[in-house]
Amino acid sequence: MDKGLDEIWVYLSASPLLALTLTLAAYQLGNWIYQKGGRNPLLNPVLIAVVVLVSVLMATGTDYATYFEGAQFVHFLLGAATVSLALPLYRQIERVRQSALAITVSLLAGSLTAVASAVGLAWSLGAGEDILVSLAPKSVTAPVAMAIAEQLGGLPSLTAVLVILTGIVGAALGPLLLNLIGVKDMAARGLAIGTASHGIGTARALQVSEVAGAFAGLAMGLNALATAILLPLIWSWVF
Amino acid sequence: MSLNFVDLGLICMIFYLTVIFGCQLAGELLKMALELPVPGPVIGMVLLFAGLVIHRGIPADFAKVGDAFLANLSLLFVPAGVGVMLHMAMIGEQGLAISVALVGSTLATISVTALIMRALSGRRNDDGISEGDVSDG
Repeated sequence: MDKGLDEIWVYLSASPLLALTLTLAAYQLGNWIYQKGGRNPLLNPVLIAVVVLVSVLMATGTDYATYFEGAQFVHFLLGAATVSLALPLYRQIERVRQSALAITVSLLAGSLTAVASAVGLAWSLGAGEDILVSLAPKSVTAPVAMAIAEQLGGLPSLTAVLVILTGIVGAALGPLLLNLIGVKDMAARGLAIGTASHGIGTARALQVSEVAGAFAGLAMGLNALATAILLPLIWSWVF
Repeated sequence: MSLNFVDLGLICMIFYLTVIFGCQLAGELLKMALELPVPGPVIGMVLLFAGLVIHRGIPADFAKVGDAFLANLSLLFVPAGVGVMLHMAMIGEQGLAISVALVGSTLATISVTALIMRALSGRRNDDGISEGDVSDG
């Protein structure tokens, strides 16, 4: 009997199907907890799914590469979803055009704040240089952030993790903070969450309001562009 | 007859899926050809946006396909997020600096961006419309 279970486990753990199914199941569990918890932003579905999956993988001694063989099918669709962000953006084209200057100024200010405050805080708490470089582009969507970190001599895989954590923090705490400082305009809320926490923040904003989602998606794209151009320049001046 | 109808819808969806992947592919090619610092999918988003502007609207079936992707956008970040397990040791060693920097910087960025955006666009947008559930945004 035990031998039979072992064989099934060996077979399943070598197949991408198990990791794929687990990913979908963990996400649905996360969503279920989020809904049951009165849609509290702190119960972020991505956060719950990641915690559940990391626990399962560690408990079963499965490494990340094996898991990713199955999960890559989900990961792959990220590109197509990013392209689809053109839809909400197009629907809000009038509002975006009206506030083009406001968007540009607030985005640049947010982009600089993201880099300066992350590096400044980590440096003042004695983080090593590896961490500082990998942390600098943390508010930018993962592929761009990884490329920037690599260019500056950081660790791209660490950057990817810091980017995802930043997204989760922004999606979980951002709405609470925006309520606290009394920003109610959906355009400003979306722009802020998209600038600070890229696609994960955008996903969150889209669930709440089409306007917020469109501005978040726009901010994500513009911040990727701004940081990719500005950060290497700033870095060469400062260090 | 109803089977034909279903098939037609499916073919439409596959057509729009092709458009989406085509934009992504074109974005990747442009990125490589022009050595742009932005990822292919973001360039693809710009290309699709330009296409919609030229077309002057979003076809209904296209909206269905695109919105299906966006409705589940969060799910797509889970596999990358699980990658946190690769760096547990390093994150553990410098956990305080990393968590303070991540949380502090994210909150600072959100405040700065939102407050400047509100200050600069406040006058034009004070039409008193409150959209959606603010407590949840």
